[in-house]
Formats: sequence, C-alpha cells, structure tokens
Amino acid sequence: MNEPMDFLIWTRSTAFDVAVTIFVIGVILRLFEIISLGRKQNLAEAKGTEFGPGMRTIFSRSVPDLGTFRRQPLTVVTGYMFHIGLFISLIMFVPHIELFRATFGFGWPGLPTPIVDAAAVLALIGLLAGLWHRIMNPVMQKITTFEDWLVWTLTFLPILTGYLAYHRMVDPYPLILGLHVLSVEALMIAFPFTKLMHTFTVFLSRWYNGAMNGRRGVES
Amino acid sequence: MSVFDNKSSESPSSCGLAGMSHNTLPLLNEVSHALKRLVRTGESTIIDLRAIPFGPGDEARLINLLGKGEVQATLDTLGKTTVTETRFAGVWLVDHYNSEDERIAFQIEIIDIPELLRAQTEDMYESLDLLGEVVEVEKQKLNGGSPAIQ
Amino acid sequence: MAEKNTLGESLRRHGVSRRGFLKFCTATASLMALPPTMVPAIAEALEKAKRPSVIWLSFQECTGCTESLTRSHSPSVESLIFDHISLDYHHTLQAAAGEAAEAAREAAMHENKGKYILVVDGSIPLGDPGYSTIAGISNLEMLKETAKDAAAIVAVGTCAAFGGLPQANPNPTGAVSVSDIIKDKPIINVSGCPPIPTVITGVLAHFLTFGSIPDLDQYNRPKVFYGQSIHDRCYRRPFYDKGKFAETFDDEGAKAGWCLYKLGCKGPMTYNACATAKWNQGTSWPVESGHGCLGCSEPRFWDAGGFYNALSVPISDNSQTVAFAAAAGLALGAAAAGLNYKNKDEATKAHGTVTIDDLEKSS
Repeated sequence: MNEPMDFLIWTRSTAFDVAVTIFVIGVILRLFEIISLGRKQNLAEAKGTEFGPGMRTIFSRSVPDLGTFRRQPLTVVTGYMFHIGLFISLIMFVPHIELFRATFGFGWPGLPTPIVDAAAVLALIGLLAGLWHRIMNPVMQKITTFEDWLVWTLTFLPILTGYLAYHRMVDPYPLILGLHVLSVEALMIAFPFTKLMHTFTVFLSRWYNGAMNGRRGVES
Repeated sequence: MSVFDNKSSESPSSCGLAGMSHNTLPLLNEVSHALKRLVRTGESTIIDLRAIPFGPGDEARLINLLGKGEVQATLDTLGKTTVTETRFAGVWLVDHYNSEDERIAFQIEIIDIPELLRAQTEDMYESLDLLGEVVEVEKQKLNGGSPAIQ
Repeated sequence: MAEKNTLGESLRRHGVSRRGFLKFCTATASLMALPPTMVPAIAEALEKAKRPSVIWLSFQECTGCTESLTRSHSPSVESLIFDHISLDYHHTLQAAAGEAAEAAREAAMHENKGKYILVVDGSIPLGDPGYSTIAGISNLEMLKETAKDAAAIVAVGTCAAFGGLPQANPNPTGAVSVSDIIKDKPIINVSGCPPIPTVITGVLAHFLTFGSIPDLDQYNRPKVFYGQSIHDRCYRRPFYDKGKFAETFDDEGAKAGWCLYKLGCKGPMTYNACATAKWNQGTSWPVESGHGCLGCSEPRFWDAGGFYNALSVPISDNSQTVAFAAAAGLALGAAAAGLNYKNKDEATKAHGTVTIDDLEKSS
C-alpha cells in the first residue's frame, strides 16, 4: 500500500547506486580504451601544428556548415533545439545542480525555472521533430536501427517525465518523480554501450580531425 | 495569539513583506466577482479565510485593504463574534471566537446582511413564549401581585 | 458511555441559541475544511447526530499525537465536539488504571458493538509481541480484538497510518501499520508526526456529523486535508518558480523568506494541510517559521533521505560510489587496453613480409 513512496525511495537509493556504478565504469572504461588505442605514428613531415587547430575545431564544428543547412535545414534546427534544450534543463535546473553538488562537492548557479521549463519544451519538440523526420524520410528509414529507436526513447522519457513532474501533472507526485529518476537511470545504464557515448567522444573526434588537418597544413 | 498580533502590527510587517504576497490580490478579485454576482443576481457568497494559505502579513494586508465601513456588530454566543462591514458595502468580515478568545472561524461574507445578524425563527418562537411569560408576570403584579413571584 | 440524546438536543439543553448553533456549524464546516455552503447540511446533520463511543488504543508511539490533540483544546469548537464524544478508553488520559481501565474498554466494546470508533496511534510490532504490551495483551491481539466490532478505525499519526519511526530501517521490532493488519474495516489514516490537531478533530467531526467517512486519497487520508501538497499551497512557491533559494538558514535569502528547497524542504512530495490549518492555534507552520518540511505525513519519511538534503539528492552517499566506479572503470579500461595491445602485437608478429618475387611465384 505504500508503493509510490517505496518506489521513489528505491529509485533514489539502490537503483541510483546501480545506475551510477554502471555509468561511471562504462564511460571511463570506454574512454580509456579509445584513448589508449592511440594512432599509428605519422612519419610524414608535419606542415603545421596539431594543438591549436584541434582545439579550434572542437568549437568551429558547432557552427553548422552552410551547405548542410541548405540541404537539411530541419535536421540542423531541431538538432540545435534539442541539444540546447536538453543541456539547459539538465545542467541549469536547481534540483539537478543540487544532485551534482551532493555527488561531486561543487555546484553552480541555476536558471529561473520558467526558462528551464521553456528549454525542456524546446528539447521535447526537437526530439519529436527528429522522430518525425526519422519516420518520414526514406533515407532515414533505411539507416535507422533498433539502437536508434532505443536511444531516442531513453532520451525522450527523462525529459517528458521531468516536465510532468515539474508541472505536477501526475498524482501522486512521488510516483512521477520516481518515474523521472528511473528513466534517467535507464539512460545512464545504456549510455556507455550505445551511440549516446558521443556526448564525450564528439570532442575527442573533433579534436582529432582538427589536429590531423592542422598537421597536414589544411584549413580546419 | 497570532490573530491579534496580526491585527495590531499590520502596517510595518506587511510593508516589509510586500513582495511576498500572492494571495491578497486573487482574493480581492474573488470578492469583486462575488459582489458583482450579488448586485446582478442577488446570490450571496461566503469565503472561508481559514482555507486560504496566507503567508506572513497577507491577512493583515487584506484587512487593511478592505478597511472599515459604517456597521460594526458584536454577538455574544458561544464566545464573541464580530461582524464588520468593510468600506465596500455588501462586503462583511465575520470573525468568530470561542469563550477562550481563540478564533474558530473567519469569513468574508458578500451579502446584504450576514445571516447571523438576523433574528432566527427558532429563537423568535422561544422569545414569544418567554415574552408571554413576562407579560403574564407583569399582569399579575398589576393585579395586586402574587407573593410567590415578588 | 454513548447517549441517546442528539447533539441538537444537548446544545439546546445547555441554553445555546440558534445563532450559537449556526456559529458552531460554521466553525465545524471550517474545521472539516468544507465550504461554507455546506453549513445548512451540517446543521441538519448535527441536529440529529448521536454521541458516539470512542476507544483510543496507543501502541508503539511517543504520545506526541495525544499531545498534539490535547494542546488543541482549551474550550473551543474541538472541545465542544469532544464533549459530545464519549472517550471511553485512552490509557494516557483516562482516570481508571489497571484492571478497571481494561474493564472500561471491554464494557465500551460490548455496549456499543458495531458502533464505536476505534482510534489507534502507534505502530504494531510483529517481530516479538513482547516489544509492546498493554495489561499483558500484545498490541496485535488487542488491535484485532478491538477492531472486530468497530464501525470505523481512525489511524492517528504516521506510525499507525504507515509504520512511522518504529518501522524506519532496520525496523527492529517488525513494526507495521494498522492497515497492514486490519483489512475488513474502513480505515481513515490521519498521518503526520504528529498530525495537525484540527485535522484529527476534523475527521472525528466528520464522522460525528455525517456518520460516514470522508473522501479518501490512495493512502486512505481524507482528501479535504491531504488533497494538496505543501509545495502547491506554499506561500514561498513564487520564489521556487523564480529560482530564488535560501542557501543557509541565516543568509539574506533565508531572511527574505525565499524557497527552502536547497535546505531540504520535502514540501513537493508531502501532502498535508499545514499551510492553511497551521500550528499552535494558527500561529505559524514549519515553512513559515523558516524550516523546510520534513515530509512527516508521508510513508517512510524517515528513510527518504537526509532532512537537510534537497529532494533531488540521492539517498545513499554517491561520492564514494562514483569514486569506486571510476577506479574500477580505469582498471577495466587498462585491462582492455592491455588486451588490445596484445592483439595488435600478435597481429604485427603474424605479419609476414611479401616480396615481389613471392607475388610472381604465386601467379
């Protein structure tokens, strides 16, 4: 008879411990493995530096290429909506910051909740538009795998449940808060073993691309 | 007793917490709508102020805004009850206390006259009997009086 | 003992006028958190209401619930109701002791069979009956015996309603709530540690007035009192929405009355009437006095994380988990790297050199 509260307590204790353990082990293992693999030594004479162009590329690739934008404006716009929305709701919401502070010992100032709320809506719309594109576009249909559906669902649910919890649209509140926490835990568990890893590896690969171009003396 | 503290210290505390209030304005709106209803259809409204989650100073601010009108009445039944017309005709503050001067109910009534001020039918019947007895006794006095009643 | 007289008759006998009765009904409506439009219905019901017998059983409890209740009444509307309730057994408040006390309980049960209200505070130990007994009778046995002929059961306080403090991890006595044991009677849970006194009396007043139990939520708590969360009714809510939080109990934010979420307020998950009913004759309530809500009216609130940790903070200490997991990740990563190097090495070693002559030979 005490189910919703038992459920919330379970998601905030045992389930969270399991999820955090798998997430941290998985992410560090994979990053360490990728970095330790290294690259073959390039014997060709360097025509430029690696570090500067590498760092520059990490940022410059965040600006969409004009050609890509003209061909797929929707993909670019919804991609931005989703990523910025997710980033703001994940990192700038005060209850989330309190979680980081309790885990890592430091925090930062949050944004007023109406802004975070708007960001979450942006992220949800971005994700739905992405899904629609994936379903309607014949090329996307061909290249979509099970993993894509899984990753989309695992990303969508935490934002949706978070939105419902913040607006207290499900009664009782402990139930929806528990579902929110649980959905994030599912995301964390799947994270190291799916394309979600791009959250970290995107910066590695951008740096590498930039550094290679720099070494060859090509504009990055 | 907070109830009295609130009343006596209304202005300083309410000024300091001005940014905090969010229940006064919606309540005033509700009163205004209720008054409109009373004027147009004759339908009265009672708002239980104990069901409103007042913040510090909210109640004092509300009482202050409503002000004092022409009529004030005090009832003495199961403790004191004060009925005060606010500066808005038809809007009354009805404040019930028990015999220990603890507030037991606090309401805004939007009505031509609060029900409690009217003489109640049951009480009037009782009074009729009582009055009859008094008249009887006075009559007997006039007629030479019976020693038993003095 | 229960009387045959109705409340209306008894009030009139005490010389209470119709105005006084209406005032009493108004206060009762306010107490039960019912709208003032219900006053005529309440007046009609109270006119006919009979004096019920109440048996109050105290099990694994701290008497805080009884303290809360008795503090609520100097002669007030609650006490008028209590004058009208026959409290036939309450081992803290009754004059009788020992066998006379138990005899009073048995007599009340016998005379009001099927009609009395059973009020319970405290949880019931299932681990070993010896943890809590009254007159040599185990709590479990006494509850079952007394509940059998009750019209309804009111579980007062979080211990009786959900298990409460005695049930907190690791629950040494095997404490359970009333509803874990009694399945065949209507149970009203009046949770809180302690519950708000006017809520206890409001529930009893409802039963007295209408002879029925009020609308209940999924935890069997009366919706009129537990229908909304502390967070929803909190006058500090606008600060939560604006993102203005007190960081410590004495900073400028705390002095300005900002939201207490970061200081551990459990208001968002807690359903209770504190914001309207308030405490100490309506003086204040925890959030108004500058302390976050502990969530005391919710099941397992003792195990729901530190009182001064934000609700979003995980219950167990995660810094350690993260550190251990990071170390394990590094170790496993190193192992994986070693494996990869070995593979690479073997591949290099297996790599034979092919000359132009070899190619010509094979073709």
